[in-house]
Amino acid sequence: MAEAANELRDAEARFDQRIKRDERVEPKDWMPDGYRRTLIRQISQHAHSEVIGMQPEGSWITRAPSLKRKLILLAKVQDEGGHGLYLYSAAETLGASRDEMIDALQEGRAKYSSIFNYPALTWADIGAIGWLVDSAAIVNQIPLQRCSYGPYARAMVRICKEESFHQRQGYDIMLTLARGTAAQKAMAQDALDRWWWPTLMMFGPPDAESVHTSQSFAWKIKRHSNDELRQKFIDQAVPQAEVLGLAIPDPDLAWDEASGHYRIGPIDWDEFQRVVAGDGPCNRQRLAHHRRVREDGAWVREAVEAHAAKARARGARVGVEGAPDAAV
Amino acid sequence: MSLLEAVVGLGDDALVLGQRLSEWCGKSPWLEEDLAMANTALDFLGRARLLYGYAEALGGCDEDAYAFQRDARDFTNLLIYELPCADFASACARQFLVDAFDALHLERLSESADAELAGIAAKAHKEALYHHRRSVAWLVRLGDGTAESRCRMQKALADVWGYHAELFAPVEAEADLIAKGVLPDRAALRPQWLAAVTATLDEATLAPPGADGRIDGGRQGQHTEHLSPMLAEMQHLHRSHPGARW
Repeated sequence: MAEAANELRDAEARFDQRIKRDERVEPKDWMPDGYRRTLIRQISQHAHSEVIGMQPEGSWITRAPSLKRKLILLAKVQDEGGHGLYLYSAAETLGASRDEMIDALQEGRAKYSSIFNYPALTWADIGAIGWLVDSAAIVNQIPLQRCSYGPYARAMVRICKEESFHQRQGYDIMLTLARGTAAQKAMAQDALDRWWWPTLMMFGPPDAESVHTSQSFAWKIKRHSNDELRQKFIDQAVPQAEVLGLAIPDPDLAWDEASGHYRIGPIDWDEFQRVVAGDGPCNRQRLAHHRRVREDGAWVREAVEAHAAKARARGARVGVEGAPDAAV
Repeated sequence: MSLLEAVVGLGDDALVLGQRLSEWCGKSPWLEEDLAMANTALDFLGRARLLYGYAEALGGCDEDAYAFQRDARDFTNLLIYELPCADFASACARQFLVDAFDALHLERLSESADAELAGIAAKAHKEALYHHRRSVAWLVRLGDGTAESRCRMQKALADVWGYHAELFAPVEAEADLIAKGVLPDRAALRPQWLAAVTATLDEATLAPPGADGRIDGGRQGQHTEHLSPMLAEMQHLHRSHPGARW
């Protein structure tokens, strides 16, 4: 027993040294259970956010107001599904299966970003989501490109590139609306009014109350605090809103010369807690949709497995010609 | 029929199916399939834009006027493209029939005497070959999968089968363009199409649907009841803000 305990201590010490030297941890490397659990929680939550995030924007694909916008939005939502796939794969390298992760989501044991529990009510929301939500995601994710876990960091490099296109298309929608008819401008302002505060909440609770922070810093999973990242986002977004000619819905918003940052009014953290706990405007709707789609597709997945089993029994090639077999 | 009308009809085929396919985004049996459905939808929507762009160059209106400012009776797509999908099997059944058609039709259209149309068709034909490979794989998998999947595929095929004849039905107004080598003679493609479809049905252990019914009228603007609600959803925002830019 003592020998085993010593071995574990040595392994932990070697792991801590690697983290200190800024070396990447790879799937087959030894890692502490807590590190593995933290990453599975964070990466799967990130994957779920991408997939649930397809819903509010996806609902506007069939209603986009021009063919060009329809194509761009469809490609964007498709990218988000792709991000979900990379991230599920990254989490799978830690030993979690996609089915287990999806079970955890559907049973409410795993979270996704609270922002997607708000409804996309008008076309301007598609602009606001791209501009604000994707900007916030980029601010959050850029440091993750240097996360200590290799597969997550590498997934982030590709995701950040695509997110920056998404952000630009969102801002472009807002700019077009803001320079459009009075009704379009009002639509853009209304979307900003509704998405501003929930976007600020995306960075998580204030540093003083963040439960997962200190260990994640030590493991170099996290490199900046929630409040630092939130501030970075605010400092970017305020001048962008000025260019749009739209008003940020915060009477306390002010430029602070001394610190070189914008200061904002108080965030309604009670609202945040309510939405995270499941009582946001769309929590039930989002999960119900996810469950319904999974149930509706069950017969297809069973058929694919049955077909693959028949093909194997016949000694035929499986997963060579048809990509979906290979993907099962 | 003028070349312009022919091009708009082909554009409508692509737009209406692209819209139907885009409805699947976020609703497929797998995340991988969401991406594949979106890809296919993007191909059809992209094709619609090329065709409407050509129509505009021929003196027609712009792509958004074609897509958003016409009523159902003005659309001239073939009916099979506008059908809604009750389930994944019906999406697969329709896609299989039209991909098999596109693989043949677009190849001929890429030899059109009209160079612009030929160029658009050549690009679309490359996509169609890939779509066809994918839809054949799905038909075989679902046909020769479980008892439930076979039953659903068989029903889906029966439901859509009556609309396939229109893909090959001669439209009197097209005769002139066919004679000039601008449009292929669709009727002539049917034997090859039927042979390919039957071979895949056989591999999928599915029976060819019995009755060779025929429901048509799309090129004349006589649609199913399904097109108008689809357009209502697609067009409402655009039409709510006349003259606005997006």
